[in-house]
Amino acid sequence: MSSSSAFNDDKGGSSSIGEPEYGHDPASGGIFSSDYKRHDDLKEMLDSNKDSLKLEAMKRIVAMIARGKNASDLFPAVVKNVACKNIEVKKLVYVYLVRYAEEQQDLALLSISTFQRGLKDPNQLIRASALRVLSSIRVTIIVPIMMLAIREAASDMSPYVRKTAAHAIPKLYSLDPDQKDQLIEVIEKLLADKTTLVAGSVVMAFEEVCPERIDLIHKNYRKLCNLLIDVEEWGQVVIINMLTRYARTQFLNPNANESLLEEGTEKAFYGSDEDEGKEEKVEAAALVAKRKPYVMDPDHRLLLRNTKPLLQSRNAAVVMAVAQLYFHLAPKAEVGVIAKALVRLMRSHSEVQYVVLQNVATMSIKRRGMFEPYLKSFYIRSTDPTQIKVLKLEVLTNLANETNISTILREFQTYIKSMDKDFVAATIQAIGRCATSIGEVRDTCLNGLVQLLSNRDELVVAESVVVIKKLLQMQPERHSDIIKHMAKLTDNIQVPMARASILWLIGEYCEHIPKIAPDVLRKMAKSFTNEEDIVKLQVLNLAAKLYLTNSKQTKLLTQYVLNLAKYDQNYDIRDRARFIRQLIVPTDKSGALSKYAKKLFLALKPAPVLESPFKDRDHFQLGSLSHLLNAKAGGYQELPDWPEVAPDPSVRNVEVPEWTKCSSREKRKEKKVEKPFYSDSEGESGPTESADSDSDTGSGTGSGSEESGSESGSEESEGESESDKEEEEEKHKRKSKSRAKKSTQESEGSEPSSEDERKKPPKGKGPKAASDSESEEEEEEEESSSESSESESEGESESDTDTRMKQKTCASKPPPRQPKKETEMSLLDLDDFEPTPSPQVTPVNNFVSSSLVTDLEGLSLSDSALSPAAVSPASGPVKSYELLHRITGEGLSVSYCFSRQPFSHDPHMVSVQMQFTNNGDTEARNLRIQEPKLQSGMRIAEFPEIDVLPPGETVTMVMGIDFSDSTQAANFQLCTHTRKFFLTIQPPVGELMMPVFMTENEFKKEQGQLTGMNEITEKLTLGETCQGDAAIVQRVTSTASLSRVPCGSEMKCRFAGKTVTSGSLVLVTIVTREQLVAQLTVNCEKMLIGTMLVKDILQALSQ
Amino acid sequence: MIHSLFLINSAGDIFLEKHWKSVISRSVCDYFFEAQEKASTPENVPPVISTPHHYLINIYRDKIFFVSVIQTEVPPLFVIEFLHRVAEMFQDYFGECSEASIKDNVVIVYELLEEMLDNGFPLATESNILKELIKPPTVLRSVVNTITGSTNVGETLPTGQLSTVPWRRTGVKYTNNEAYFDVVEEIDAIIDKSGTTVIAEIQGVIDACVKLSGMPDLTLSFVNPRLMDDLSFHPCVRFKRWEAERVLSFIPPDGNFRLVSYHVNAQNLVAIPVYVKQNISFFESGFSGRLDITVEPKQTMGKTVEGVVVTVHMPKVVLSANLTPTQGTYNYDPVTKVLAWDIGKLNQQKPPNLKGSLSLQSGAPKPEENPSLNIDLKIQQLAISGLKVNRLDMFGEKYKPFKGVKYLTKAGKFQVRT
Repeated sequence: MSSSSAFNDDKGGSSSIGEPEYGHDPASGGIFSSDYKRHDDLKEMLDSNKDSLKLEAMKRIVAMIARGKNASDLFPAVVKNVACKNIEVKKLVYVYLVRYAEEQQDLALLSISTFQRGLKDPNQLIRASALRVLSSIRVTIIVPIMMLAIREAASDMSPYVRKTAAHAIPKLYSLDPDQKDQLIEVIEKLLADKTTLVAGSVVMAFEEVCPERIDLIHKNYRKLCNLLIDVEEWGQVVIINMLTRYARTQFLNPNANESLLEEGTEKAFYGSDEDEGKEEKVEAAALVAKRKPYVMDPDHRLLLRNTKPLLQSRNAAVVMAVAQLYFHLAPKAEVGVIAKALVRLMRSHSEVQYVVLQNVATMSIKRRGMFEPYLKSFYIRSTDPTQIKVLKLEVLTNLANETNISTILREFQTYIKSMDKDFVAATIQAIGRCATSIGEVRDTCLNGLVQLLSNRDELVVAESVVVIKKLLQMQPERHSDIIKHMAKLTDNIQVPMARASILWLIGEYCEHIPKIAPDVLRKMAKSFTNEEDIVKLQVLNLAAKLYLTNSKQTKLLTQYVLNLAKYDQNYDIRDRARFIRQLIVPTDKSGALSKYAKKLFLALKPAPVLESPFKDRDHFQLGSLSHLLNAKAGGYQELPDWPEVAPDPSVRNVEVPEWTKCSSREKRKEKKVEKPFYSDSEGESGPTESADSDSDTGSGTGSGSEESGSESGSEESEGESESDKEEEEEKHKRKSKSRAKKSTQESEGSEPSSEDERKKPPKGKGPKAASDSESEEEEEEEESSSESSESESEGESESDTDTRMKQKTCASKPPPRQPKKETEMSLLDLDDFEPTPSPQVTPVNNFVSSSLVTDLEGLSLSDSALSPAAVSPASGPVKSYELLHRITGEGLSVSYCFSRQPFSHDPHMVSVQMQFTNNGDTEARNLRIQEPKLQSGMRIAEFPEIDVLPPGETVTMVMGIDFSDSTQAANFQLCTHTRKFFLTIQPPVGELMMPVFMTENEFKKEQGQLTGMNEITEKLTLGETCQGDAAIVQRVTSTASLSRVPCGSEMKCRFAGKTVTSGSLVLVTIVTREQLVAQLTVNCEKMLIGTMLVKDILQALSQ
Repeated sequence: MIHSLFLINSAGDIFLEKHWKSVISRSVCDYFFEAQEKASTPENVPPVISTPHHYLINIYRDKIFFVSVIQTEVPPLFVIEFLHRVAEMFQDYFGECSEASIKDNVVIVYELLEEMLDNGFPLATESNILKELIKPPTVLRSVVNTITGSTNVGETLPTGQLSTVPWRRTGVKYTNNEAYFDVVEEIDAIIDKSGTTVIAEIQGVIDACVKLSGMPDLTLSFVNPRLMDDLSFHPCVRFKRWEAERVLSFIPPDGNFRLVSYHVNAQNLVAIPVYVKQNISFFESGFSGRLDITVEPKQTMGKTVEGVVVTVHMPKVVLSANLTPTQGTYNYDPVTKVLAWDIGKLNQQKPPNLKGSLSLQSGAPKPEENPSLNIDLKIQQLAISGLKVNRLDMFGEKYKPFKGVKYLTKAGKFQVRT
């Protein structure tokens, strides 16, 4: 652990800057008093072999995390314990790891293998928790590993593991959105799952990753509806919200007819002109008559029926979700049922009340009748928090109509006396709104409000003034006495808004109070400079209006006010003053507009409509955050409008007749008995079964099954894009194989159906003979099992592959060879290849397949001792890396390349060819390597010291580095007789391996053993310049030191190699599908190497 | 969904933070503090606060703010409901949900939070499952743990998560098998000045404490189930049976849980057990006021009304109270301006009375509004709606359990306006 301790030292030093902070925290006294010596204690405890000490240390560390203290410097010490036997220590380590992995990505990778092991554990809970932690580690480099683990877990036999897989999907998506397409495949698969455990989680994943792919829901719609009641409560919320959106796209508006009528009535209610409303109503009715009668889709009905019981849930979120579903989807007559449940929620915690009331407020505007019976439940208690009071008030106001207005007003009267002044102000507003909407009570309300003008509380008075102003605007001529009363108030009221309102009123209706108005202006002119801006503007307004109506009395006053305003600080006021002066004061230059000044200022203004702030909020899905904020929150999915014409309802048809299901299950059992070999793939098919049936299927998740899992996955995805011809071939292949294998009973029975299924469009599935009308799930399963039989057979029997090869070879011509092939033995021509790794490389690496001799040569090279000195310095390396620039090196420049020659002294080392050039004018002496600083496990074999390097000369040396199968850099010092240079060599992953010769059969056999987590499959598009066999081979071999496995097929290229240090096999397969589409598979025991290799090859091929 | 959680005490210290996705700096709570400052009382902090990059959804419970950070659209009730579950879980584990108990058990709290959410989406919220995963602390266990170094984490893996009855843990064993049900009803009422009822409703809950071995299947039936109008069920209750037969059929979770909460049909007139005569007045001159409250039993169905407490939130100008109770004790807190009169048992013959004078701040105008009275009371052995359990049957297990039903009526939000 030399590396980690080195790391500690660094970290300890750097983090000490942050330390004093702990000391200052009084709460951190006692055990947490943490200068970093304390942390050393913790490290010691973690290093001890007593579990109790470790546990104690972990507890302290977790406590630090919980309190937001930085514990990241303990990472190396903690992560070592990831494999600890003690469960609690392990769990706490997980907590720590998930918290800090992002910051310490490299070290976090050390823990990955533990989880990978966990993923294969026979215990489903351990598998699940391994996946959970693995997917929570936010380190981008493990994305492929996560992807693989998710894929695998998605077809785990345990529904709990599948649930965890569903949970992992959004995690991976947030880490790397590029994985979307692959994740959608997994989601699609999990959506088909029939267990309640998985349903909620996968819909959650669906909502986070691909909410727009509503088409994925069709087939699962009915199943989701039926499962809903048994899903755990959190899942219910998510599913219901999603189904609401779904239903909006798929069904017709059940209220299409009513909504027209309703609009008519609504208008009649709010609008002042009632006749107009009636007319509209008649029109609407006529329109309705023209329409077809509405018939509800049975699926729409199913949704409504199955969600209704959930109104009885104890979980407020579920109740709200159902309520919004009913509000958005149900026929008007049925929406009423939700009112009772919503009213019940109001007895819950105040936060719940707050949210529910917001939603009720919106609903009560659209559907007032629904809540009217519960009017009294919205009465306000003096102990309610203000925000709840205000919302209740809102609802009460919305519910007010001619019949209940008197009760409501009486209630309001009590509220006005409340000590809570904000609430009183809101009540006054509410009264104003009642008065505008219900004509009968307008006078009563107005009188009540006028009485409030004598209230002692200024806020109350001010609010009343504002509301009265709005009310008076509706019928001013009848209320000149109120205006007079208010004019008197200007002496007392200080609240700017109220003053401004009064001034506006006086100005607007100055003709009704010709005597008072000029006097008010006089007073205001006196106090003008001390007024608030809003008041000043109204003073100007008043002055202008008076000037126009009563210029004799107010001319001078107006001029005075305008002059004051001219020098005001606020530019709005100066601007207004200038504008008004130009407009009203006639001068010789005044334009045409001044003639119309009176019309401009004293036009009849429409009365303001006092509207609920909740009006039209229902365009947001109710119950959503966006609705609550009345603003679109991130990730909000719009609630679509109803379609005009319903989309085809048959897309939701899924044929799962009970008896087929049953029989097929029996059939499966039969299979199992006959061919225990396939039990693995049966385990794979787990997700399609319900939880209870798991027990009777096979429980093995051996390595053999994994490949079939992933293969079937990719088959499925590519199924559509594959050309017909290809499919034809596949079929042919499969059939012949099954014949060869004589496993006729099972594969032949299943194949035709699956083949048929694939070709037929969904609609065609309907009328099918009973024998092959399998459910989709069954089909998938069959497919996977037949796939597995394929892959199984590949590795298993030689005769089988032989027949297949024959078939293939006769079907396809041998790959066209490029002209370059002839020259492959020539060293000199190698420069033609674009990025050739090094000139010393034997052509083995380039076109291995053709010549067995070269292959053997490549293998035997490890024996042939090539001394470093023997390497010819003449041929310049093609892909060489700069190690030391001549400027930094003071004339000495060093470059290196990976020669791909086995290092003579130690076969476990990668040989690095270094070229020293002296560009200076003095000779360099004693060039040698010193003090290598290496990660644990790495070794360096130094090159012999170069005594003298004269100016202008170049020397090439070879040194060996054992990178210990990692791409960690090797750091060392290069010394000359005068200087030291710190240098770093970081190998590309492809250089960490050496070619291995294999036959195709050996290859398949080895590949069969490296499946599952050790296999990484990626789809790729070949670059323009990278078509044809030869190009691919060239690119791959230049990227990685691999040799090609001879193979008869044009479509497949196989490469083999092994890592230099540990000798783990690296197998690469590239299958070209179409013109540019190919699939890359890498099998390697070292997953990180595999992962990185995939990346490198992908890059090389897609350029 | 839920990104992070911060626990904040009333002093404004963040004493616990937990992140389920990448770490969010605690400075995000500044927006919360800002909102808290604006709000007059903790109850008035808006539950949803919008910040430039996040949304904060918070609840206030047991003097602790649970502030969760959200980044994308999520139903607010979903989060609120979950936060309350968290608080309930703390209560369940530590006996109380307080800053001290959370700090003392910070590791368990962290483990709990880790299990309850995965990537911000609820994973295990059933107390029975969580208790299998993480054992609640007991005095004995903490002693044993310190000596032996053993752990609070269950050695065996929970299977509850996998079963079809996720709320019940497996392998339950008791020597005494018992099942107790408490029918608790609360009267919510507003009585106006003149003594007429503005609104009165009865909410009821049935809380259960079931300690039965194995996998019992219980059926609870009522004499008059129609009284229950609007119910919400624990997930264990079979909804179909209720719809069809009006019986509660369920496999209970182990331990304490709330089986049903219900609302009593509004058509039934609600019996108001007490009658309050009050007269509170303030005088313009002399800066004083008078208070006279009498509480009389009204419709009590022959039972005694106990635990009667009258609380009055006085206007700010009231400095002190000089009162004489004929029964019980009173206390006036001049800081919070709350007058509390603890009466105890109501005497049928001699109704308790509280009388005396209030002194007001000199110079201040007299309060316009009279404060309303909040009444608290209890009636044992009575469900005020008249609901009665008929019988409890058990299937699926052989033994004979002890069964018991208790009734209790309480005042809920019972307010008298003056």
